[in-house]
Amino acid sequence: MLTFLLAPLQYTFMVRGLAAVVMVGLVCAVVGSFVVLRGMAFFGDALAHAILPGVGVAYLVGGASGPLFWGALGAAILTALGIGAVTRGGRLREDTAIGVVFAGMFALGVALISTARSYTADLAHILFGNILAITNNDLLLIALFGGAILLVIAALYKEFVVISFDPVHAASLRLPVEPLRYLLLVLVAVTVVVSLQTIGAGLMTAMLITPAAAAHLLTKRLGHMISLAAFIGAGAGVIGLYLSYYVAIASGAAIVLVATAGFGGAWLWHTVKQS
Amino acid sequence: MTLLQTPTLSLPSRPAPDCAALALVNLSAEYGKSRPVLEQVSFVVECGERAAIVGPNGAGKSTLFQVIVGLLPHATGDVLVHGHSHHAGDCPSIGYVPQREAVNWNFPVSVMDVVLMGRVKELGWLRWPGAADRKAAHSALEQVGLEALAARPISDLSGGQQQRVFIARALAQQADVLLLDEPFSGVDVEAQASIFDILDHLQTQNVTVLISTHDLQMATTRFDRLILLNRRVIADGPADSVLTPERLAAAYGGRLTFWRDGEAVTVSADDCCP
Repeated sequence: MLTFLLAPLQYTFMVRGLAAVVMVGLVCAVVGSFVVLRGMAFFGDALAHAILPGVGVAYLVGGASGPLFWGALGAAILTALGIGAVTRGGRLREDTAIGVVFAGMFALGVALISTARSYTADLAHILFGNILAITNNDLLLIALFGGAILLVIAALYKEFVVISFDPVHAASLRLPVEPLRYLLLVLVAVTVVVSLQTIGAGLMTAMLITPAAAAHLLTKRLGHMISLAAFIGAGAGVIGLYLSYYVAIASGAAIVLVATAGFGGAWLWHTVKQS
Repeated sequence: MTLLQTPTLSLPSRPAPDCAALALVNLSAEYGKSRPVLEQVSFVVECGERAAIVGPNGAGKSTLFQVIVGLLPHATGDVLVHGHSHHAGDCPSIGYVPQREAVNWNFPVSVMDVVLMGRVKELGWLRWPGAADRKAAHSALEQVGLEALAARPISDLSGGQQQRVFIARALAQQADVLLLDEPFSGVDVEAQASIFDILDHLQTQNVTVLISTHDLQMATTRFDRLILLNRRVIADGPADSVLTPERLAAAYGGRLTFWRDGEAVTVSADDCCP
């Protein structure tokens, strides 16, 4: 058993990969708890796809080792603010507006990346992650930005809870409801970027939504829900990476499958308890 | 279909306006462009007064509350709370009890958590609730008779209890102007009675209460002042002067019928549910 656990660790890329999935699993789950409670799952998915043009531009500038992180960050924050403005109310329903924006941005990103020769392989990495190519520099960026996200959530926790639970009450308390809502959207955007290399744009929603959704089924206390989600997210990352190592399947997919199995378990437990 | 009996005897007139708890000045609001939901709404609610906003579905009752607390961006006009404009920083906060349908009851919070949310502004940024806040929350829960349920998840409570939790939240907020959006819809008669007990008690403490309701009968029998709204204020005053056939027709269009039977007017509206 011990050798089973230790064998992969002789490879540096596995150690880096494990560090990355634990951090990403944690941050995604904490932010994801708010995404789930606010019903923003579609927004998270859209955001993950809409960052592609930013990645594409960075990629054309510097190739696969180009400033992909910063390109994605720029595109993500712009998209989050754009969707925030579009969803302020108007003729179109919110999900329609998001759908239009995200599909268009995604197409633009694919178009940009397709101008390069090695496009198929690179696109696959962006869509499904490339955990084995994570560098120490990537780990540092994940730690810095992930840490900043958790810090902001800790600092504004009670305000985020109030605007998520009852925005009218938040307004009656004279909280800056709209700026806080935008900040939350930006936090989701940064989370997506931080997780891009580990999970990939295509499966991002799963890491945001699935651990938080499973935790939501298991408890009726918000603090417990967030801790449980963090535990499930990080745990799914570690188990998924080992699974990917031993069964030789794509790491992002393995992590998401483990998280989904965790959700299945939580759903069963919830259903049995209800009846 | 709701039936109501309007007694023709007149209610005592309201006291002179010496203390305006809530004043709405030419409030207009629209969704997007050219879809007005409120037009030039003006009225004053006195300190300790209990008034009901009535009107058909889509009359803008919920929107009016959102504008009063300052949520809707496309609004013009002004709201004064004890004389302070709600655009100003020193405006006292208003207590708000949401419509049952507007609340995510699966949100994983306890009764205590919800009441503590009333303390958020008082606490200020970067601070967590402390002993003093818990004490305020407990005493608010005591006032609505729910202190025994403080640790329970809100999803476990009955409809009436949930409404009382939100009233407690407003009390913990130390608001003396309360807005209740359809507080009696979806709760049973017993729960309605217990909410009225709390409102009666609050009135003795000079708390101002403005509720919205589609229940004309309840509004007539339990409130000394009605404000009939359909995008604009159609009538404002004691029930017998507000619920006249002409004014009700103006508010409800053809969806209402009346007949006069001796001392009482009976009204039936085809517009019962939100």
